[in-house]
Amino acid sequence: MIALLWTDVLVWLLVIMLALWGRLAMRDALVRARWQQVFASPLATISAIILITYLKLALLDSIHLRMDDGQLRSLLDLIFYHLLDASERTYSAPFATHEFVKSVVQQDGQVLQVHLPLRHVQPGMVWWDLLLAAALASLVVWLTRRGVPDFFKNGIFARSPRGVFWGTAWGVWFVLIALWLLSHHYHVFGTDKVGNDVLYQAIKSIRTGVLIGTLTTLLMLPLAIGLGVAAGYFKGWVDDIIQYLYTTLNSIPGVLLIAAAVLVMQGMLETHPDWFGSVAERADLRLLFLTLILGLTSWTGLCRLLRAETLKLSAVEYVTAARALGAGHGRILLRHIVPNLMHLVLISIVLDFSGLVLAEAVLTYVGVGVDPTMNSWGNMINAARLEMAREPMVWWTLAAAFVFMSLVVLAANLLSDRIQQVFNPRNA
Amino acid sequence: MAQQDDTQSILKVERLAVSLPDGTPILKGIDFELRRGEVFALVGESGSGKSMTALAIMRLLPEGLRYDRGCIYLQDTELLSLPEAAMQRIRGRRIAMIFQEPMSALNPVMTIGEQIGEALKLHLGLRGRKQRERVIQLLQEVGIPEPETRLDWYPHQLSGGQRQRVMIAMALACEPDVLIADEPTTALDVTIQAQILDLLKSLQRKRGLAVLFITHDMGVVAEIADRVAVMYHGEIVEQADTRHFLIDPEHPYTQQLLKNALPLRALKPAPKNQSLLEAKGIKVWFQQGGGWFSRKKRITRAVDGVDLTIRPGETLALVGESGSGKSTLGMALLRLNELTEGQILFDEQVDLATLNERALRPWRRHIQVIFQDPFAAFNPRMTVGESIREGMITLKVGPQDKASQRERVAELLQKVGLQPEHMDRYPHEFSGGQRQRLGIARALAVEPRLIICDEPTSALDVTVRAQIIDLLNTLQEEQGVSYLFITHDLSILPRIAHRVAVMQQGKIVEEGRVEQILRVPQHPYTQQLLEAAPKLVRTAVSDLW
Repeated sequence: MIALLWTDVLVWLLVIMLALWGRLAMRDALVRARWQQVFASPLATISAIILITYLKLALLDSIHLRMDDGQLRSLLDLIFYHLLDASERTYSAPFATHEFVKSVVQQDGQVLQVHLPLRHVQPGMVWWDLLLAAALASLVVWLTRRGVPDFFKNGIFARSPRGVFWGTAWGVWFVLIALWLLSHHYHVFGTDKVGNDVLYQAIKSIRTGVLIGTLTTLLMLPLAIGLGVAAGYFKGWVDDIIQYLYTTLNSIPGVLLIAAAVLVMQGMLETHPDWFGSVAERADLRLLFLTLILGLTSWTGLCRLLRAETLKLSAVEYVTAARALGAGHGRILLRHIVPNLMHLVLISIVLDFSGLVLAEAVLTYVGVGVDPTMNSWGNMINAARLEMAREPMVWWTLAAAFVFMSLVVLAANLLSDRIQQVFNPRNA
Repeated sequence: MAQQDDTQSILKVERLAVSLPDGTPILKGIDFELRRGEVFALVGESGSGKSMTALAIMRLLPEGLRYDRGCIYLQDTELLSLPEAAMQRIRGRRIAMIFQEPMSALNPVMTIGEQIGEALKLHLGLRGRKQRERVIQLLQEVGIPEPETRLDWYPHQLSGGQRQRVMIAMALACEPDVLIADEPTTALDVTIQAQILDLLKSLQRKRGLAVLFITHDMGVVAEIADRVAVMYHGEIVEQADTRHFLIDPEHPYTQQLLKNALPLRALKPAPKNQSLLEAKGIKVWFQQGGGWFSRKKRITRAVDGVDLTIRPGETLALVGESGSGKSTLGMALLRLNELTEGQILFDEQVDLATLNERALRPWRRHIQVIFQDPFAAFNPRMTVGESIREGMITLKVGPQDKASQRERVAELLQKVGLQPEHMDRYPHEFSGGQRQRLGIARALAVEPRLIICDEPTSALDVTVRAQIIDLLNTLQEEQGVSYLFITHDLSILPRIAHRVAVMQQGKIVEEGRVEQILRVPQHPYTQQLLEAAPKLVRTAVSDLW
């Protein structure tokens, strides 16, 4: 039975819209050439493949099934199903065979303090797993290359260096398969306080991060484009009102506004628990609400930028020519102004993405972010606060969150740099 | 500069070659020498490499460009082999440069006194009172009034001509041996241009400067240069004394260039005596300043009571300097500006000024527009075919199905001298002249009876300019379309106009047939404009009739 969560619906809608827009935009030879130029850079190609991998994992995690026991499980959960049952008693280090802390046991009438062996670990398999993963990754890449012989022909990767492309593809597959295989025999990133696998948490956090990064933009875009273009094009009182609106919104500290809104939302959830179904659905609504409020506070920057650019564009001669040819406001906006703003929109989307992923972590750490029961890098970092203070230190929760988060943020930043370089008309 | 041999060479360029990183040559082996006390003009069209030559001498080539071979001698010093630090002492101190755009060449947050003083401090070590006195002296020399107070002004407080004077003062501050002037008068109005040229000439004589003068304007060359070199595609095709050069050019390219630069009379039959468009008492006033809380409002009277009549098949040239309101008037006739007052009678029946946007739409097809900047006139995201078709769609002119519209676009492209297969290309694939042709095709697509041409040839090279004017004239003969031709360039008037209206500060001060205005101007302002035109143009004009 497929269960629909709000955020699932929205993120799939976003992907479908993106795919349609992509198909449409790719028909334009200019746009296609631009994208091919973006991915002519090896770094951009690597970044894009990594981001696409994150997106795919997030999408896998966004198809939920209702199991027989009434639990919601995503497709990703099914892939890592073995980890759900593989809880230990408490902390264990990455690749450890015994628990991290000593337990008191009675043995032969003596009271001993020992590191107990972990229950779900089968040591000695590392090299076999890696070898198998390498073989499988090679097989997958070989099959894809056979399956799409014309892959580089016309698509956006047409000019990307082939060695780099397939090398990264192999690397990504290798890491994914190796993690999956190893997770059968080890806790790759150790376990947390109650013995849950940290790798599983980090992978599940991908969905939260990606959703915050993309859905927020989706909610913000119509507002920013609509109001920014309207203010810049119609000027006069329309401009006054819109400027007043975003200046006011901008003058309220963002964190304060978010904190207030989330607290109100939390209060509402607690007084009316019957409005929502399971815990998972509640957490999901809270995530949606967070993206909404982040979207509401973050549209002003892009709006201001678009307003200025529209002011400039509406005085350019081709717009004047269109007016002389009797084109109405709608036509001028849709054919002459908005298409010439899209590079700004694109640049700001990719720039904002990494910022939003980080914002989630920070807000959750402060306690006004996503639901504490939801897997997210912010929650992991929050938990790590106490673990780092222990002696000996438990470092792997933080490390796992750090590795997963910095990889996506780094990839997004590198890609946005490149996109900015190519699409910014000043650099052309 | 007492007794010095006049023919002594001060700057010598030998076999200078510069190329792009991909090997495309920019300069293909240039040889010339600049003698003490002479003005040497480097003439050429855009892309000929004349500015690049100047930058190469200063060793200020844009990133990526490299020297392939050649030597540059400043007296006995070879510049290309100097270390960068030594070169820095030469720039400004021994070779100074002035640029085309004085606004962007001056630092907007420093007073002009500070900027001139900086050069004095760097190269001559002058500070404090001494420096100030020298700056005042320099400003006086370049003809800035009240230099004691203006010294503390910022660049934006000065007019364009004064800014160029400040640039000259800066360049002369350290008494350089060589002055490189890169199109120093191109951005200025004719009257200001004449003043700046006079100033340069007198300073050059007084100080015995050697000037390398870069320009595309033959009139300016005739005015100022002692010797001329013509550049074409990175090569010097001809080098001669100015007098010899103007009378008897040898190279065919030079002959063509000179021919196109001179006024030429087109045989224009007088049009019928009826009016197509009659504007009465047009006023366009802009309110400036005055926010929500401020009562102060300043009113700029851009167009202040203008009457004019355009007849069918006639070209009325509207002449004036920048800021005279001529473009504003053009936009007002198109109803693309808010009219403050006035009537626009079209076809002697309908007053366009009273119509709202919806009622105006059927009339839009009759009046079209062509712009100055061919690069801003097309939406970069639309193919040129789409841009040309747009008017047919919005104004419902001609066939309404796509296939026959494309046929019509192909026809139009051929008519303006382009190929039908250009239809599916994007604007950036065309040159400036080609885009101006596209602009004409776009206007023609809705079969207008009047085209307002807003400086359509000002951004173009002389050869291309001549072609565009010929195209406009041919179209007028074939289709009987009228033009309101807005320009500041007097030399093209005989070739394009039937009648001329001269505009100054929002008003038309004189109007009449083109030969009448050019030969016996009545209004002092018209006389002043003609007076300021380069002598080359003036004599050629008086020879026409």
